[in-house]
Formats: sequence, C-alpha cells, structure tokens
Amino acid sequence: MADPIKVYPPKPSHVYFYATCLIDMFYPDAGMAGIQLLEREGIKVVFPENQTCCGQPAYTSGYHDEARAVARAQLDLFPEDWPIVVPSGSCGGMMHKHYPGLFKYTGEEAKAKEIAARTWELTDFLLNACHIRLEDLGDPTTIAMHTSCSARREMGVAEVGPKLISQLKNVNLVEQVRAEECCGFGGTFAVRHPEISGAMVSEKVDTLTDTGTKAFVTTDCGCLMNIAGYAEKNRKPLTGQHILSFLWERTNAGKGGES
Amino acid sequence: MSRPNTGDPHHIDVKEFHPRARAAIADPRIRQNFRKAMDGLITKRKDAFAEWDLEALRDLGANIRLRALANLPDLLEQLEQKLTENGVKVHWAIDGDEACRIVRDICVARNAKTVIKGKSMVSEEMELNHYLEERGIKALESDLGEYIVQLAGETPSHIIMPAIHKNTGEISELMHEKTGTDLSNDVEYLTASARQQLREKFMNADVGVSGVNFAVAETGTLCLVENEGNGRMTTTVPPCHIAVTGIEKVVGSLNDVAPLLALLTRSATGQHITTYFNMISGPRKPEELDGPEEVHLVLVDNGRSTIYQDDELLDTLRCIRCGACMNHCPVYTRVGGHAYGTTYPGPIGKILMPHLIGLDEGRHLPTASSLCGACGEVCPVKIPIPDLLVRLRQESVDGDKLNPAKVRGHGAKRGTLEALVWKGWSWMHARPGVYRFGTAVAARLRMLQPGRLGGWTQYRTAPRLAAKTLHERMKEREQ
Repeated sequence: MADPIKVYPPKPSHVYFYATCLIDMFYPDAGMAGIQLLEREGIKVVFPENQTCCGQPAYTSGYHDEARAVARAQLDLFPEDWPIVVPSGSCGGMMHKHYPGLFKYTGEEAKAKEIAARTWELTDFLLNACHIRLEDLGDPTTIAMHTSCSARREMGVAEVGPKLISQLKNVNLVEQVRAEECCGFGGTFAVRHPEISGAMVSEKVDTLTDTGTKAFVTTDCGCLMNIAGYAEKNRKPLTGQHILSFLWERTNAGKGGES
Repeated sequence: MSRPNTGDPHHIDVKEFHPRARAAIADPRIRQNFRKAMDGLITKRKDAFAEWDLEALRDLGANIRLRALANLPDLLEQLEQKLTENGVKVHWAIDGDEACRIVRDICVARNAKTVIKGKSMVSEEMELNHYLEERGIKALESDLGEYIVQLAGETPSHIIMPAIHKNTGEISELMHEKTGTDLSNDVEYLTASARQQLREKFMNADVGVSGVNFAVAETGTLCLVENEGNGRMTTTVPPCHIAVTGIEKVVGSLNDVAPLLALLTRSATGQHITTYFNMISGPRKPEELDGPEEVHLVLVDNGRSTIYQDDELLDTLRCIRCGACMNHCPVYTRVGGHAYGTTYPGPIGKILMPHLIGLDEGRHLPTASSLCGACGEVCPVKIPIPDLLVRLRQESVDGDKLNPAKVRGHGAKRGTLEALVWKGWSWMHARPGVYRFGTAVAARLRMLQPGRLGGWTQYRTAPRLAAKTLHERMKEREQ
C-alpha cells in the first residue's frame, strides 16, 4: 500500500524527451535548457516529433474519453526502452500515475503501464539517474523555489530542486513560509474558480516576496505562469523561471547556449 | 453565511457555492479566523506525529479500515448481536428521515421533552435538532462548539471544530446577546459560563444523543472521543442514551481501535489522546450505581450502502472523520466551511456529499479543488481523495464511456459547449500534424493573442506564446 520505492535506472545512452504542450507553446526555452542539460551529460536526446499533450487537461476536467484519445496518440511515441523524461511534475504525474488507470481494461493497458514505469520528472532524472554535477558560473544571487504539488506529491521529488540548487555555490536558496501549499493553479481550477485561485496565488506571491528575494524558480510551467503572471499584473517585485532554464543559465554563462 | 436549521436539506442551495465562496474570500475576518486556526492545527498535527513512523501507521490504519469494509455486512450483524446481548437496542435507518423518526419514537415512548446532545456529525446529516424541535422536543447541543453554533442559528463550519469560523470576540458577543454572559475575551470565563448553563440541562435532560467514533463488533462496544466531558455526561447522566452513527463506523475488534485512535486524535487536533475516551458497552446493570437505563444505537445508511457497491468509491467510507483534510486544504482555508453549503465541508465533503445529496445538487463540489493532493497526503487512512475527485468530475459530466457513471445525479454538469470544446481539443491533440500546424500558426499570430482570458486575467497577465514552438526549434536543430 505504501508508495513503491523508486529504483532509478543507470545513466542511459538515450532518453525520450516529452516536452509538454505548455513548454512547447509558451516556454520552449525551458525545454531547450532541459535538452541541453541532458546532452551535456552525454545523453542522446530523442524528441518524438508526433508528441502533443499528455491529455491531463481533459482528464482532470472529467472528460476521460477525450483524454484517452489524446493519451493514446502518445503511447506509440516511445518504441525503444529508453527512459521518458518530462520537464514537469504535472504532465509526468499524468503519465506515471494516471495512464495505467486511464487505459485499464483496454488493449493498451500493458503498454500504458510500461510507459508509466519509465516516465521520470526531468530534474529527478538529472540528479538521481544522471548524478549531474553542476558548476556554478553565475554571480551571487538569492532565489526561492516553488515545487509544484504534482512534483511534490505525485512524483515525490520535493527534495530534488533544492539539492540541485545547493550544488550552485553562488546561489542562496531561501524558503518561503507554507512552501508546500498549492499556488492555486490547478489547471482549469484557475478558470472555474478564479476568486479562490486568485486568493491562493496572491498569498503565494506574498510569502515568496516576504523572503526578500526577487526571483523564484519552479518545476512546472503551470505554477510559473500563475505566480509570475500574478506578480506581473499586480506589479510585485518578483520574476519567475523554470528551474531548468535557471540551472542551464547558471552553468552555461558566456558559452552561447541556445536558450 | 449562516445556514439556519430549517429542516429542508435544500434550503441552502449547494449550487450557490460561488457567491458564498466570493463573500468568504472578501471577508477578512473569515479569512483570518480560518488561516490562523488551520496553521495552528497543521503544526500541532506535525508535532504530534514527530516521533512516529507515520507512513507505517497510516498503512496500518488504511488496512484496518479496508478490512472492516471488506467484512462490513458480517461485522454489522455481529455488532447487532453483541450489542443486543449487552442490552443495547439496535435500530437500522435507511436514511436521515428514518433515523430521525426512530429517535423521536424512542423519545415519545419515554415521554421525553428535552434531549441533550454530544457532538455528532451524523445527527447534523439527519438534521435531527430541527426534526425534533418541530415535534415539540427541544434538543440542546452540549459540545462547546456546537453550542455556540446552535446559539447563532448556524451549522458547523468544521467537522471537529464546529465554531472555528468565529473568533473569541464574536463568540463573546453572541453569548452576551443570547445568554446574558458578560462581554469578555477571557476564554476560560466564556467556557465556564457555557458550562454552568449546560450543567443544569444535563441534570434535567430526558434523553442523551451522541455519535460514535468506532463501533466494535467483537465486543459490542461503542467508542467515543471527546475533550469536554460532555460526551460522558450525555451518555451517562440522562436515563436514556441514543447513539447515532453511519454504518461504516464498525471495526472488527478492540485491537483495531488502538491504531485508529492514535491516528484520529493526532490527525484531528494534534492530541496524543483526547481528554475523554468513552467505551460504552450497555445500559446500567442492576448492581451499578449510575448510567442510563436504556441504550440505543441507530445505524444510519443514508447512501452509504450505495457507495459501498463501487470498488473505487468504497474508499470514501474509510474516513474516520478527523478533519485533517480540511485543515490542510488551501481551498477550505480560503473559503471556510459554510461556503460549501453541505453538512461535511472540505475535501471529505467534496467526495462524500455528492452521494448524499446527488451529483446534480453537488455538481460544483468536485471541481472546487486544485487537486493539490494535500488532503490525500495527510489522510490517516490514505483515502485517495484527489483520485476520487477526478472520478466524480468524470461522473458529473458523464465523461467516460468505458466506465459509465453511476452516482445519483451524474451527468448534470455536462454542458453542450464545454463538451464540444473538449471534443475539438481532443481531435486536434490526437492528430500530431494538426497540432503542429495549429501551434505554429498560433505562434506566428501571437501578436493577436487576446490580453484578456476570462477569470485568468482577472488576477494575472495572460501567458505569452513563444515566437517559435519547441517543435519548430527542434526541427531547425536537426537541419
């Protein structure tokens, strides 16, 4: 009944990169950063061209037929047994935790389970499968981190971000109060219940700025557009970045990376 | 915000969740009362479990509850048999109305005019107080929080701490107005005043009504946790004690009680044990000096046996009513308990109430969650609350042909436009070529992107499309 213990694969020769639709359309830099971090570890990154969306928006809205149709289109993207890495706790969680249930009693159940078992949140994969060592090339700075609820509770990677950041010698990570509380994004929740979501994100921004930092990083683009979008609209002195962009920038300064 | 006990379960329109939530969010006093209380409870729980292997204990608790539910029909029969042997009269009620009738009939048979009540959420579910009052029987709440809520003509805003929405000043004003107690911010003074008034009622009450935390089948024991002694008085001072409980509260043996009790009190209030732990095994025996002459147990179904028939929904019935899910819920903390308009608020209410009132009536409940998972993470019996919320969302829109919806009132939320939007979304995202073309076009036209996106841009700027999709950048990279 307890969550199964994670067994990380050895550092592979290849990985499949599942970008997620938010990164594809809104934050491609974060995707490029993730790809470059993997490549710097000597891993060949395969980007299946036919990837679209994991299906989660429809799934959490209750439209499971529609979610299944989209998810089914992703199942054939990963023919080799390479790990599938996802730069998002939320989409990773959908594939890792919910695909088996979504395809239960269908002909694709075995395939969905097999894919779920080799789906990894990317920062977790970098730290615990690639054993990445980060050399900080940036100026001294202070940041806060917001770990998404799905990264924290579905993928169980709450420790990973802080551990990666702790490798950066010039970065001081501060922790906001109620760090584990949701930022209020929740996908369609933010649109269905705007006042509740708004109350949640306003408090999240307050706790982040109360640390004295002007910048935060996060594991998920949903949280990023929520928190940073609130700060921007309400002129709060806080900017956000995907943690992968931050890690790449800190360790690649002046090398003219693509991101 | 208040919900007077009118006896009409539809008096509060559950569907009016949004206006009530908005009002609560705009009310700094409500926001502050809940935030402060929930922060305190979160810390207390954490401290209480500090020296425990919490995961192992939660696994044990979950397994005990699952085993009890797996044997529910047998355990209920055993419970009835044992209680009957112990001299307790057992009654079965299919719904709240029948349970109310049973309580009233017992009162009438004893010519009872006054009832003193210990805390019982099932009696709230039954709307017992109002039912009795309409029939000339006065029911007085003796739990301090329930007493305050009753004085105010409200319903509980939390299943463990019914008056948590009020601060000391508000309670003092209420007691001053209703009972003549002097205005004071001294909690001890206010408590003493309430105690004084209640003590007299205890002595004169004809019947005591209580809830049950665990009903032990093997021994026929009704366990009741409480902190004020009012539960003990309710169950021992009046000549007749009626316990009311849901059919799911039964466990196999006393061995099952210890881990569940350890989980319950720590999860609820951060206490290692409550001040009182009552184990009721029957009426006063001839040689005994005190205790009630009569003891009754009313086992209430009220939709539970329907929940029981579904392997997934069954998990809802594991609940031991600790309230930790609401204490940790970021939505509950913002809107408070009354916004939900249901007997049980917060995460457990969102997964339980649709079965009690129908998913048509409670259609907004499953969506009022960011699916953050905090509730499931703290649940002492590991109810997968987020998964059940998703299941109920599916049921509310009839969203899964492979697993047809079955909860009463399912499909009520399915709107033509929304269903069409998801169909279109699915069509595009299941076709990689269409998706790539569509997203690339959107990136080209990003200057035309609307700056206002409904509820989103009420609080935030709109997310900006990138000039090129990652798909395009990866394509260029290959060349």
